[in-house]
Amino acid sequence: MSLDPAAIRRIARLARIRLDESDIAPMQADLSGILAWIEQLNEVDIEGVVPLAGGVQGVALPMREDVVDDGGVVDAVLANAPDRQGDFYAVPKVVE
Amino acid sequence: MSYMLQGSTGSWEVVIGLEIHAQVISRAKLFSGAATAFGAAPNSQVSFVDAAFPGMLPVINRECVAQAVRTGLGLAARINLVSRFDRKNYFYADLPAGYQISQFEHPIVGAGMVEIELADGSTRRIGVTRLHLEQDAGKSLHDQHPTKSFIDLNRAGVALMEIVSEPDLRSPEEAGAYIRKLRSILRYLGTCDGNMEEGSLRADVNVSVRHPGEALRTRCEVKNVNSVRFVMQAIEAEALRQVQVWESGEEVRQETRLFDPGRGQTRSMRSKEDAHDYRYFPDPDLLPLVLDEAWVAELKAALPELPDARRARFMAEHGLSAYDAAVLVAERATAEYFEEVARGRDAKLAANWVTGARFALLSARGVGIEASPVSAAALGGLLDLITDGTINGRIAKEVFEAMAESGSTAGEIVERKGLRQVTDTGAIDAAVAAVLAANPDKIAAYKSGAEKLFGFFVGQVMRAMAGKGNPALVNEALKRALG
Repeated sequence: MSLDPAAIRRIARLARIRLDESDIAPMQADLSGILAWIEQLNEVDIEGVVPLAGGVQGVALPMREDVVDDGGVVDAVLANAPDRQGDFYAVPKVVE
Repeated sequence: MSYMLQGSTGSWEVVIGLEIHAQVISRAKLFSGAATAFGAAPNSQVSFVDAAFPGMLPVINRECVAQAVRTGLGLAARINLVSRFDRKNYFYADLPAGYQISQFEHPIVGAGMVEIELADGSTRRIGVTRLHLEQDAGKSLHDQHPTKSFIDLNRAGVALMEIVSEPDLRSPEEAGAYIRKLRSILRYLGTCDGNMEEGSLRADVNVSVRHPGEALRTRCEVKNVNSVRFVMQAIEAEALRQVQVWESGEEVRQETRLFDPGRGQTRSMRSKEDAHDYRYFPDPDLLPLVLDEAWVAELKAALPELPDARRARFMAEHGLSAYDAAVLVAERATAEYFEEVARGRDAKLAANWVTGARFALLSARGVGIEASPVSAAALGGLLDLITDGTINGRIAKEVFEAMAESGSTAGEIVERKGLRQVTDTGAIDAAVAAVLAANPDKIAAYKSGAEKLFGFFVGQVMRAMAGKGNPALVNEALKRALG
């Protein structure tokens, strides 16, 4: 499967990555190459094999008890924020 | 009688499906150990997982899973012993990871149903398509600063149950009944507090219209409607809009809209063509969620009696009408209060008093019966005094108000204020004689056929006796005297 330029633009937009027109062709070649490589998996016979979503099988999802043992670290949480106002993150105004 | 909109091309049926987001009651969040309490200081209940710091891994909260299973069981739904979490990808400032952990292809709960009761006494079963677990987003405040939005992540990562109905609803009334019933079930189960003002219960409404018998037409989704009343208004406004679009020869476009309660209209959200391209894929941080059948059975065995079962029992055990029973069971606290009042007493009398007390409290203070200053035991004591003839029903209302004010028992108030019912026929006869002596003209009118005046005489005698006359004896004495 190969991707056309429109698909590349759409993927970039969805990923919020700005691409210049000159980036489109190389990106198209790279991504199409990756897809072609993945497509080799189509050669494997998977008749009767249960689809596997994760990397391990036969291990149960570990669970936590319903106990509050985290939070209360507002300064650590906001430490990397580009901008803060009081104890809020501040971001450019987004209004629908 | 079905709900139809009349247009120039005939009548239109409205088809409605609801997606309800119900915040799960739990101490900690779905995938982190941060607290979930409403109204905390900004960003004080946020862990590194919730803020999506690199390398932080989600670990699921067992209680949130249990709550989803309980809710599924309460909706008579299939519980999927294997389910899976997916990432729903979109960019928004209050979603720090850039994706929401949700369940797309394999939800924890499959098909179920909700039975709704309508005003005409009929019932309908509304299909539930599925229920899945997902994370709530943070909160954006847009009105605090001229050029900036403020983000509070306290809500980010709190567990939500998204409960999706089939497009089985056909009117605003049915949609309202569905939400109220679902809320009642959630509150009985203790899995969601159902508080729409605080946003613990939010509705997305899917609406389309069609001529009866047609296949489904294009639907629009009205997002984030936050009260039952607004849901009903939004449906009507959106359905009318769609009828106008179709009848003007145009086509309804599938889109997301917002309801503006001030104007009573829906409007289009400025949306791009790929707004719904969420690129779901299985979350590689989470293994499939596998439930132990025995654990599910344990949760099922521990479920409380739910509204439908309790309503049926109230009708069978207490001989209540379907209407009275439905009013009493809607809120768990009211149902329990009623049961305590009714224990060993006349159920109909108890039902009337509990319903009356509940409405009085709601309208005067906006609180439920659990906040009543008159306990169930105290109200029971008052009913005992009515039943044994110590006081009459009219005086009982006065006693109830005094109980609510002072916290004293009914017996104390009756003694203190001297409110015992007068059953002494001598005293009643004397009052009757006095009233008749003062109203010779009314007696003449009564005797020449104005029988309605009997009520006037009863009223006058009761007034003369400060309301304390035994009504049956007063009636008897009057009939005798007027011969």
